[in-house]
Amino acid sequence: MDIPLSCYLVLSGILFVCGVLGFLIKRNIITIFMSIELMLNGVNLSFVAFAAQWHALSGQVFVFFVMVVAAAEAAVGLAIIIAVYRTRETLNVDRVNLLKL
Amino acid sequence: MFHLILFLFFGAICVAGAVNLLVQSHPINSALSLIAVMASLAAEYLLLGAEFVAAVQVIVYAGAIMVLFVITIMLLNAGTEERTKGSRIAILIGVPGVTIGGVLVAWTLLYRSNTREVPIGALKGDPSAIARLLFHQFLLPFEVTSVLILIAIMGAVVLASRPEAVARGPRKDG
Amino acid sequence: MIGVLLTAVAYSVWLERKVSAHIQNRWGPTRVGPFGLLQPLADGIKFILKEELTEPHVYRPLFIAAPIIALVFAITSISVIPFGNWVKIGPVDGIGPWGTFLQITDLNIGLLVVLGITSMGVYGVALAGWSSNNKYSLLGAMRASAQMVSYEVSLGLSLVGVVIMAGSLSLREIVDAQGGVFWGFIPRWNIFHGQTLAFFIYLISAYAETNRTPFDLPEAESELVAGYHTEYSAMKFAMFFMAEYANMVTVACLATLLFLGGWHGPIFGPPLLQAAMPVVWFCLKVFFFMFLYVWVRWTLPRFRYDQLMAFGWKILLPLAVANIVVTALVVAWSA
Repeated sequence: MDIPLSCYLVLSGILFVCGVLGFLIKRNIITIFMSIELMLNGVNLSFVAFAAQWHALSGQVFVFFVMVVAAAEAAVGLAIIIAVYRTRETLNVDRVNLLKL
Repeated sequence: MFHLILFLFFGAICVAGAVNLLVQSHPINSALSLIAVMASLAAEYLLLGAEFVAAVQVIVYAGAIMVLFVITIMLLNAGTEERTKGSRIAILIGVPGVTIGGVLVAWTLLYRSNTREVPIGALKGDPSAIARLLFHQFLLPFEVTSVLILIAIMGAVVLASRPEAVARGPRKDG
Repeated sequence: MIGVLLTAVAYSVWLERKVSAHIQNRWGPTRVGPFGLLQPLADGIKFILKEELTEPHVYRPLFIAAPIIALVFAITSISVIPFGNWVKIGPVDGIGPWGTFLQITDLNIGLLVVLGITSMGVYGVALAGWSSNNKYSLLGAMRASAQMVSYEVSLGLSLVGVVIMAGSLSLREIVDAQGGVFWGFIPRWNIFHGQTLAFFIYLISAYAETNRTPFDLPEAESELVAGYHTEYSAMKFAMFFMAEYANMVTVACLATLLFLGGWHGPIFGPPLLQAAMPVVWFCLKVFFFMFLYVWVRWTLPRFRYDQLMAFGWKILLPLAVANIVVTALVVAWSA
């Protein structure tokens, strides 16, 4: 039995929505980062789903670029988090609200 | 039938992991549920026939990026979150708003779009075909993203090193 | 298959104790059964019956889950390893030859699956160290996971040369590409046919991946109490132990498949023996690699951690990339 593609897209949408919610309501900066990764994963799923529908392998190739960009962003972002932690001693975004200590 | 059962099984794990990421207060639990999401997404990619993408998802995302997250959580000894004023406002406004938007998008996708049905393993993405695309049509993005990773490596090393270590220069050691 | 693997793991422990003992000029286990062959059985019974120390300050869910994760991933990676060639097990009359590939599944991307499972194995170590709530465990786990992640890169890159030469990521096809001989008598194994440097890079990276000497600083007894498995006792420690040896067996299997020609070797004898010979050759080569593991462990001293990381990133990685470039040039030129 074949599944309509919209099921995959709804799943991708749910993941994206959870990512946005995590970005909004979480206060720990690492968890915010992980919500960004969740959003990117949701987008990856819809890329692959559309590639399957239109029989275009470019959709799957694009997933690589999204993954590469996510990896680069995670590396730099975590380095920034470590640098911020060293000066502010906190991981709560609500406490990092002054430009100068 | 088999396709539907597998899709629902891995889809349920995805959604449960995503919701668990929101609900947990300790970042390590969120990280572990995100790893579960990524692993079940790899299974979904296999259902759609993208085997190379699924393998790369496990190797790169679940096996390297999330290890980076877990090591950082352990290094910074992140504890459980505290409830501040900002988070209460965000929950009060954000959760209903985003949920309404999500339901709208889902309804549109399910009832108004004209997508077709896909069989199991719809588009077989074997490595040679993907490689051919990657090195012919997508050569420029490929090279540009390689440069991007190089810049990210340099940036991460400089940002995460201690300032006096950078000023001192490389150690003269055996 | 799991039974075979676990038995192989148990007897590799026996092999290690015997070989290390002889290197150190003493006997090893000799009391339990002839030549100490029942020693793993005695060890297994000891582990099951040993008292489990329950520590009150550990993070329970991850503490229990970490060794299970390590063991599950270590055993799963054996499922794509082909042990032998097509084996006829039925009559050849009209229906056509029945047979079976000696492998659990033959995936199109078998090599990538093994690499992926190796990447996931880092979690067992990292989570074990963190959940133990002990500074030695945490330090050991961070060092171990950083080391494993760094050497994964050169591990994967050293295998790209093999893939270029074979033209496929499926393990069975890579072995099939190593049949035959060249120059008359040298078998066309990848180690002789051009991937010698890749073989040594792979071997060194694999030793670092499985946290074995000379790269075993994270779990060295004299350095960090016992590293990430300090707080574990009895059955959970046994699971880590088994996971480590299962990883070693997987690495040895991969090395024979990719560089030493898998099950290729001289086939002779009556038909029944001929069907079994490939498996025998495979097992002999895997045994050679396990022996090499133990030999190196008790011969070489340990690397210091910064030497270890510098070696992985500054020496092995450029060498692996150079290997890929040279292999690609040679293959493209001769095509």
